[in-house]
Formats: sequence, structure tokens, C-alpha cells
Amino acid sequence: MADHVLLARMLFGTSLGFHIIFATLGVGIPFMVTVAEVTFALTKDSDYAIMAKRWTRGFTVLLAVSITTGTIVALQLSLLWPKFMQIVGQVIALPFLIEIFAFFIEALFMSIYVYAADRIPQRWRIISVLFVAIGAAASALLITDANAFMNAPQGFRLVGGKAVDVHPWQAVFNPALPTSDLHVWMTAYMTVGFVTAAVAAYGLLRKARSDREREHQYKSLMISLALGGFFGLITAISGDGAGKSLAHYQPEKLAVAEGLFNTQSHAPLVIGGWVDEATQRIIGGVKIPDMLSWLATDRLDGVVKGLNDFPRDTWPPLFLHLIFDGMVGIGTGLIFLALFAWLIKTVRTGQRFPFPTWLLYILVASGPLAMIAIEFGWVYACIGRQPWIIYHIMRTADAVTPAPYVGWMFILFMLLFLLLAIGTINVMRGYFRRHPLSEEIEPGPITAKRVVWLP
Amino acid sequence: MNEALWGISLIWALVFIYAIAGSVDFGAGFWAMIYQRHKDAHAATIANRYLSPLWEVTNVFLVLFAVSLVGLFPSAAFALGSVLLVPGDLILILLTIRTVFMAYTHVVHKFQYLLRIISGVTGLLIPALLMTVFPIAQGGYLSHAGEVYHLSLSGLLAHWTTYTYILLGILSELFISSVVLADYARVAEDPSAYRVYRRHALRLGPVAMVSALLVLWGIPSSASWLRNDLFAQGWLFVVSGIFFIIGIFIFWVARSVEQKVYRLGVIAVVLQYAFAMLAYGRAHLPYIVYPGITVQGSFTNVEMFRAALLVLIIGIAILFPGFVWFWRLFLESKSYAGEGR
Repeated sequence: MADHVLLARMLFGTSLGFHIIFATLGVGIPFMVTVAEVTFALTKDSDYAIMAKRWTRGFTVLLAVSITTGTIVALQLSLLWPKFMQIVGQVIALPFLIEIFAFFIEALFMSIYVYAADRIPQRWRIISVLFVAIGAAASALLITDANAFMNAPQGFRLVGGKAVDVHPWQAVFNPALPTSDLHVWMTAYMTVGFVTAAVAAYGLLRKARSDREREHQYKSLMISLALGGFFGLITAISGDGAGKSLAHYQPEKLAVAEGLFNTQSHAPLVIGGWVDEATQRIIGGVKIPDMLSWLATDRLDGVVKGLNDFPRDTWPPLFLHLIFDGMVGIGTGLIFLALFAWLIKTVRTGQRFPFPTWLLYILVASGPLAMIAIEFGWVYACIGRQPWIIYHIMRTADAVTPAPYVGWMFILFMLLFLLLAIGTINVMRGYFRRHPLSEEIEPGPITAKRVVWLP
Repeated sequence: MNEALWGISLIWALVFIYAIAGSVDFGAGFWAMIYQRHKDAHAATIANRYLSPLWEVTNVFLVLFAVSLVGLFPSAAFALGSVLLVPGDLILILLTIRTVFMAYTHVVHKFQYLLRIISGVTGLLIPALLMTVFPIAQGGYLSHAGEVYHLSLSGLLAHWTTYTYILLGILSELFISSVVLADYARVAEDPSAYRVYRRHALRLGPVAMVSALLVLWGIPSSASWLRNDLFAQGWLFVVSGIFFIIGIFIFWVARSVEQKVYRLGVIAVVLQYAFAMLAYGRAHLPYIVYPGITVQGSFTNVEMFRAALLVLIIGIAILFPGFVWFWRLFLESKSYAGEGR
């Protein structure tokens, strides 16, 4: 039998990994819908209204999966890590409580937007979907705050297993909060931009489309790429901030991401390669001198802490170097992809459908890649904190439930997630097959009041 | 009243709200299954119209309860969390299947029959599993050595006190949901659905009442503290019983769908359960789980309590207008409730 703690981590990790896909979509799609609704209000171009409608249709199913998997994660925390939640309850319960109200706003306005759209005026429709977007973003930011607390805990002292001298708001505004929240928020918008871009590109690749449909798909593709690229740039900036924050508050985590063993100034950045523990160096990889020092401290001669400064049993697993580089690599690649697509559009400005087929294939891959980067990010954030569940305060192994049958629960949840994945994909495919774009768009030429304000 | 008592009152109020809202939610799923191929198809339609916008709101109260318990009574949440992995995870799995499949049905109509059965069956199983917390809390099945808690699952399943609680839970669920769905049918001016649910309300009410007596009778001698304390709250149970009689009387009088007085009966039934739960809650004090976990002993620190209370008050104040709008758009709107007839 596998280790009890490991099983519990596997169960919780997969629950979170599954939930984060839908949570990310749940933060990003209402934002995209809001943008489409506003664009429609400004241009009177019905294509954008149809875009909003079709994204919302998909969203209702995804939201249901997101809510229930979120409920699983929320309650699973108490069931798998009761000792951890005992501290959480005493110190960092506030973001969880506030999150419920944020989520409540989201659910309430979602029902209004979906089920009552035809009974309220356009202005109220936009306001209600805006509230959905705000509620969704706030939920994500608050839960990320709880995660930030685990990485940089403050606002209490632990005396004999009991929290004393508690300052709940200090715990909420912990030092990891700004960079983590900004990064999670921006990556959600970036990712969903590429996901809807991938959907539009997929639609353009299919044969037997009328020019009218292709026109619609191009609008959808361009608005998605513009948002994906724009938020990609902010993501890069926020990621840089997160790195600097790590250097200060969680040096082990940064060291394991970069495979740095010895504390040094002029630390080099090594991209890729396998971190070898025996020789304490990275095999392969591209080395850029001084770059890590510069990224972590803004100075070429800045000192970056290495793993050897910490006891061996508190090192996170070394394979995280590749996970981290995978995340950064995909993110950077996607930003360049968006810029490249914009360049092509500018060069071939006279053409109605400027993108060559091979570019569309790459764009189809961009959506799943962005989602993989999100997964890498959370794997890095959470496994990079090990062996701690609360950094330097409580070990994961000390927080686990004494209850038996964790392995069986793991199997049951794997089956559940498999069922949900298959079900959701089939339901969405079935729906869009029965409601093809050609039935929803206005057949004639579009009479827009203004030209669209996005590239 | 000290702060811990305010805290547990808040938790208990959340349990009450979830008990009512959850009963309607799960019950509507059950009735939608029963009537989907029936000549009274309207009854199923009404149940579905109600379910569509509401399940998310109901689900929120479940999470709000769990999070508030962790925030206000961390040690109680710790003890319960330590032992409830299996039943808790089973509830989560059933809840997920139910909710997600309900969302699927709205988009894909092909598998409606199968999906309705899933949501109907889980609508009975989930409340049954939830009810098992009551016999656990009354003591005898939860033991601990130091900080490590252990639940005797076989002991819990072997004693019939567990089953009396489950029976009460399911019958109350069906009673409350018929009461509310009949009112919803009245708003929608749907006489056939109104007739069906009113009839169920009239029959299930007394049966649920008998099952409540069974619970009292089934409490084992090892939990005689609870039985004695329950008798001490006798007058509250009498008030509850009076509201029950008022409610049933109003339902009996309100034969036709046009009679607005029916709404008063709904309020009477809600008050009936409110007083019964108030009485049960008071009898259960000072224990959350007998005998080890008391309200006072598992209460959080004062700083967290004040901050949490502030958050709850501000949150509810912000949400209230949105909730009123929601109520008027869906639950009081004839044009919404009556659609699809």
C-alpha cells in the first residue's frame, strides 16, 4: 500500500488540478462575455451578441462543474487535512468566508443573466454579467489569498498547537498576497483568451464553411488573441514580481525552480536541463550568466540563496525545475504567438482572411498549452512548498487525517473526474453540433454602427 | 448570551436555512423524477422550473455552513473532519453527480430520463447521509485517544436510532418540498400541479410528524442526556406542533389554486421546523458532539470571531438587494414560473 500521506496528497492534488481547469475558465469566460456584450452595445454588430450567447452557453455547463468541484475542494480540505484546517479556522478563515459571498454574487447574477436575459433591458444584462465576472474574479483572488498565506504565513504565533496573538486581517494581507493574486488573475484572462482563440481557430479549420461564418470566427479569433496577448504581457510582469517575492519570502522554492544549490552573487539562469542532486549541477540546459541574480534582486551581483542553506529534508523535489521552466516557456511562447499573429494581420491588411492554415493549427494548440501552463504553475506552487503545508510552521505529514480508506476514496474520485471529463466534453460537443453557428448568425452582411475598437 | 453561544446560534441558523432550502432542492429533484412520465406532467415541469435557477444558491449554504464551522469552531471541525472522510466524500461524490448531471440535462435533452433518475435518487441519498451527523453528535460512536479521533462506523450503522433520523430527514424533505412546490404552482397558476403537491403536503405532514416521535423514542439509553434535555424543551415543541396544525389546516382549506391564503400555511410550516430545531438545538447544548466537544471548548479566538461576524454582516447586507431582485425575477414571477406550459 502506498504511503497514507502520499495518497492524501494525490487525492487532494488531483481534485485541485481538475478544479483549476474549470475555475480558470470560470474566471475568464464571464470576462470575455462582458467584453463581447460591451462590444455589441458599442458597435451594434450582432456577431458579438452571438459570441456572448455561445460562450455563455458553454459556460453554464462549465460553471456547474466548477462549482461542484470547488465544493469538493472546500470540504475535502477539512476531511483530508483536519489539523491544517484547525489552524486555518483560527487564523485565516476570513478569505474563505468572504469568498462565499463573492461566489454568491456570481451565482445569483449568473442565474439572472442566463435565465432572465430576455426579461431585462440590455444595460442590466451587461451589469449582471459584469457582476458575474467580478464575483468570479473575487472568488479566485480570495482563495489564492489563502494559498498565499500558506506560503508566507503571518498574523499569529503557534504555542502548543494553539494559535495565540491572532490578527486575522494581518493574515489576510500577507506579503505573498499581491504578487500571487495578480499572477493568478492575469493568467486566467490570458488562458481563456487563448482557449477561445483555439475554439475559433478550430472552427476556421473545418471545411464547408460559408464566408459569413468565417467572418464571424475571425472576429472571435481576433478579440480572443488581442485579450490573450495583452493579458499575457501583464502576466509576464506579474510573474517577474512573483519571482522577486519568492526570493525574499520563500528562497527554497525559487532555488528549486532554478536548480541553484549554492548561495551566490552573479547567479546564472539555466533554462531547461536536468537537476542532478549527486553532482549538485544542472545537466544540459542553456546558461545565461548573472540573469537569475538580476531577475531575483534587480542587480547583476545580487545574492540568491541556494538549497544548501536549508536542511536536506526540507528541500522540495528537484524535478520542479522542469515544471517551472515549462510554465515560463509556454507563457513566453504564447505572448510571441499573439504578437506574431498581429504582425501577420498588419502585413496582410488587405485580405479578408489573413491567417495561413499552419498558423491556425498552432492557434488550436495554444488553448490546451495555456491550460497546461496553469497546471504547471499550481504544481510548482504547491509541490514547491513541500514538505510544509504552512511554510516553516506545519508539515503536510502532520496535518493529514487519521481516517482510513483514503486510497479507496482516491479511486472513487478518479472515476468521478473521468466521468465528468467525458460527460462535459460530450455534452458540449453535442450541444454545438445541434446548434451550429450557421443557424444563429444573421445570414446577410453585417450592419455595424461603428468599426470594432479592438485590433 | 456569550460569544460562543452567538456563534453556535449562527451555525444552527445556517443548518436551518440549508435544511429548508436543501429539502426543496433535493425534494424537487425527487418529484421531477416521479412525475416525468406521468399524466400529471405539469408537476414535473413546475419542479424543474424551480430547480433551474435555485440549486446554486442552495449549494452556497452548504459551503457557508462548512466554512463557518471551521472559522467559528475550529476544534469541532477538526474532530468531525478527522472521522467523516468516507461519509463526507460519498456525499460530495453524489452531490457532484447530481448537480453536474442536472446542468447537462439543461443542455442535452436526449438523456433526460436517465439524468432525472440520477437527480431523483441522489435527492434521497444525500439527505439520508447528511442526517447521520445527528446520531454521531448525540454521542457513543466517536471516541478519541489524545488528539486522534475514531468513528465506530459499524456501531453507527447497527443501531436503529440512525435510521429514525434518516427517516425523519427524508419525510421532512418530501413534506417541505411538496408544501413549497404547491405554493410555486399557485404562483404559476397551474391548477393540476397545485392539486398534486397540495395532496402530498396533506398526507406527508402527519407522517413526518410521527417519524419525529420515532426519533425521540429511538434515542438509545447511552444518550439519555439528550432525551431528558429534549423533554425539558417541551413547550417549544408544543409551539412547533401548533404551527404544524395551523399549516395543515390552511392547506386543507385552500382547495383551489386561486387562494392566496396558502402562502400563510407555508410560513406556518417553516415556523414549525424553526421552533422544532430551536428546541433540539437548545437541548443539545452545551455539546456539539457529546461528550468531548462542547460549544465553549471548541470556540475560536475572540479576534477571529469579531472579524468573521463583521464579514458575515457586511456580506449579508451587500447580498440582500441582489437576493430580493432574484426572488422577484424567479420565485414570485408568474411569467417565469408559468413558462413552458
